[in-house]
Amino acid sequence: MGDYIFKLPDIGEGVVEGEIVAWHVKVGDSINEDDQIVDIMTDKATVTIPSPTGGVVTELSGEVGDMIAVGSALVTFSTDGSSINSQVEDLPEPEVTENPIVEEEKKTESVKKEIKKPAPETVKTVTESKVVVQSSGNKRILASPAVRRRARDADLELSLVSGSGPAGRIRHADLDAYIAAGGTVTGAPPTSYSTRRTDTNEIKVVGLRRKIAEQMVKSKFSIPHFSYFEEIDVTELEELRQMLNATRGDDQPKLTYLPFIMMALAKIMPNHKECNALYNEESNIVTQHSAVHLGIATQTERGLFVPVVKHVEAMDIWQSASEMQRVSGAARNGTASLDDLSGSTFTITSLGRDGGLGATPIINHPEVSILGVHKAREMPVVKDGKIVVRRIMNVSSSFDHRIVDGANGAALVQALKRMLEYPALIFM
Amino acid sequence: MSENRKCQVLIIGAGPGGYVAAIRSAQLGLDTIVVEGEKPGGVCLNIGCIPSKAIIHAAERYESLIKHSSKDGHMGISIEGKPEIDMKGVVEWKDGIVGRLTKGVEVLVKNSGAELINGWATFTSSKQCSVKTKDGEILIEAENVIIATGSTHIDLPFMPCDEEFVLSSTGALSLQKVPKKVAIVGGGYIGLELGCALSKLGSEVTVIEGMDSILAIMDKEIRRPLEIWLKKNKVTVHTNSLARGTKIKGKGAASKVELTFEKDSEEQKITVDKVLVTVGRSPNSRGWGLENMGIRMDTSGRFIRIDRQCRTSAPGVYAIGDVAGEPMLAHKASAQGEMVAEIISGEKREFDKIAIPAIVFTEPEIVSVGLNPDEAKERGEEIITGKFPLAANGRALTLEAEKTAGFIRVTARESDHVILGIQAVGSHVAELHGEFVLALEMGALLEDIADTVHAHPTMTEAFHESVLKTLGHAIHSA
Repeated sequence: MGDYIFKLPDIGEGVVEGEIVAWHVKVGDSINEDDQIVDIMTDKATVTIPSPTGGVVTELSGEVGDMIAVGSALVTFSTDGSSINSQVEDLPEPEVTENPIVEEEKKTESVKKEIKKPAPETVKTVTESKVVVQSSGNKRILASPAVRRRARDADLELSLVSGSGPAGRIRHADLDAYIAAGGTVTGAPPTSYSTRRTDTNEIKVVGLRRKIAEQMVKSKFSIPHFSYFEEIDVTELEELRQMLNATRGDDQPKLTYLPFIMMALAKIMPNHKECNALYNEESNIVTQHSAVHLGIATQTERGLFVPVVKHVEAMDIWQSASEMQRVSGAARNGTASLDDLSGSTFTITSLGRDGGLGATPIINHPEVSILGVHKAREMPVVKDGKIVVRRIMNVSSSFDHRIVDGANGAALVQALKRMLEYPALIFM
Repeated sequence: MSENRKCQVLIIGAGPGGYVAAIRSAQLGLDTIVVEGEKPGGVCLNIGCIPSKAIIHAAERYESLIKHSSKDGHMGISIEGKPEIDMKGVVEWKDGIVGRLTKGVEVLVKNSGAELINGWATFTSSKQCSVKTKDGEILIEAENVIIATGSTHIDLPFMPCDEEFVLSSTGALSLQKVPKKVAIVGGGYIGLELGCALSKLGSEVTVIEGMDSILAIMDKEIRRPLEIWLKKNKVTVHTNSLARGTKIKGKGAASKVELTFEKDSEEQKITVDKVLVTVGRSPNSRGWGLENMGIRMDTSGRFIRIDRQCRTSAPGVYAIGDVAGEPMLAHKASAQGEMVAEIISGEKREFDKIAIPAIVFTEPEIVSVGLNPDEAKERGEEIITGKFPLAANGRALTLEAEKTAGFIRVTARESDHVILGIQAVGSHVAELHGEFVLALEMGALLEDIADTVHAHPTMTEAFHESVLKTLGHAIHSA
């Protein structure tokens, strides 16, 4: 048995110290030769240092985050004394794990090192120390000395500059363009765009995702969509909503815009029967519904669901809000019944949460209309010759142009706009 | 009483690394002192590059005069009688050149505003040293230190250089007489350059090399013309041979030296006038207080460890040139010296050279820039290569440069034609290398060279043609 102190070896040209970034061993571990001991980060790379010997770790000289100088103690092993020559401090070439550019440098350096090995001296007759012809590897950057000097003066990493010359040679003009484009690199190296990302991830389209895909294709391929956009001033509606929420009872849900839109749609639908309909292409029959069953497009962890609030025309605002929360909640947590998920005559998709000015929603086949609702936000609006701040909500709608004429689709949206801008109408 | 001095930049060693660093740093307005223990100019100017090239040139001159004085002359030019060499005269001429250049370095350093102190520096800490000069001790404290102490010839312990019978390159460059027989231990570039020169001067040369080939830094194809020249000129080469020792034989003027070496486990002996030992150079990392500076050495323990900005592990202390690693070449040291001065003055610099040219001034000369075809393949490159012989170049013929069977060889990446390396072998090819290095540093494609007009008649056309050959359509090639 003997103690063996392993010192931080020479880990690269010009590197005099490194930071301990991760220990792979702890005191008491029994390790084998070449097992990874520690990751040391230098200003050039992070290097994983393998163990020069087998033994039991008795001391770690430093904690993660500590700087450690080349040549100072790193790990103490208790060895069995047979596997090791206690003089040995130098290691097999450390394995460089980071930064491909540095890795290349390392490679050329190690080539140089091989050449540098001194000729065996004195006893043998040898030739002069070798005259080394220093040269570049495969990936050398092609640029004239003047271009290289300019880049260094400007703190530019030439490997980031694309060369327009033959064989990718970087010319002065390429540097000019790089600098003009604001590519000047200062401070920390831009790892995010200095490293090309080449990995891909293949996911099989199965289950619900495949169902959604098929449904979308069916809708988009068979229905000639037309889309129609409008801005709706919901300033008054917002006031009403705030008031209702402020005065609601404990058993009443908090109101969003959606229940008002649902109520408004239910109110106007009798005058826009062609929009609240299903179209069976095979039988060529459009079935217009008196009942307003509103599909609520709902994003869940498993994908898109469209749970349905039935007979909105027979509900008050609180009921529709509660029922919408129930069915969308059921869809989200996977407890929705088949009935909850079928039977809609018209679909609302809420595009609003993250903003967006407009969208072209895809109709929920075999329905003929869909309404997309965007986020309401305060906007400058000209009213009576003055610029005033109003709360504006955009809506995007799509209609099946085989069944719904442009004027009819527009008429529905305009009627909805009137309702929402004068919300008292919803309740009259 | 010792004198105390402070400065912004202190440079130790005024060789090709140190004096260039001193001049550049003074140019940049830094208060600069450079300390030199011997003569300014370092190994390069005093006992290396420059004096060896002078001797090589003299040897070439003598060789051609011998040709002209032969029975039928040469090129229609003949000389009556035989040319005589007075080696002392040659060495004096060489010393004249060296003297002019070292003086020149002193003047350049002085004119730049840097101060040159002659003396031996010993560091007591990373930024403080004492310098022993003939006028007393000077204590210098510096904000920045550049170590440029260079390298020294390696002695074989069992046959140390006495500079009388067993010579280092230094002794070989100050010979008083052309030795009749010379054994060169170490067939690297220093030994072979001097070996070729001595052979031209009339010495009978034997090379003892430990590895299985001479000049192992160059690939087989490129060193082949040199091997042929050595054979033709009756230079004996023993590879896989190890020197074992020397023994002085005889007395006085008639004394000779017997060299024992082992080849194929068999001991052999040769008796020669001089043994030249050129087995390599070792960095000067001792004798000036490096151990007091807290500086890390590289993994081999021989060189000071530096990063891409020549920084050592001690803050504010830089190392350049031979003491800071391979290749031990003057032009690398100078480039580093210039760079470090600029870094100290606050500029953003990094040693990002694509290629450091290597040249061997043998007969024929050999140049290598960048990768050779084997090295390129080892790095996983798909390559195309092209070779163009000097024998197909008009200017080479008029210079008799084709006689040594030289060629230029280009290696380029097949996919985008980026030039990866260029090697050349042949008389006078060393001066062609500038375009080779420029091509590499500029990231040139074969087409860049192909579309550049090369003047006729020059040997540079051979480079153009070797590039066309690589592209598959050389003009003057079968």
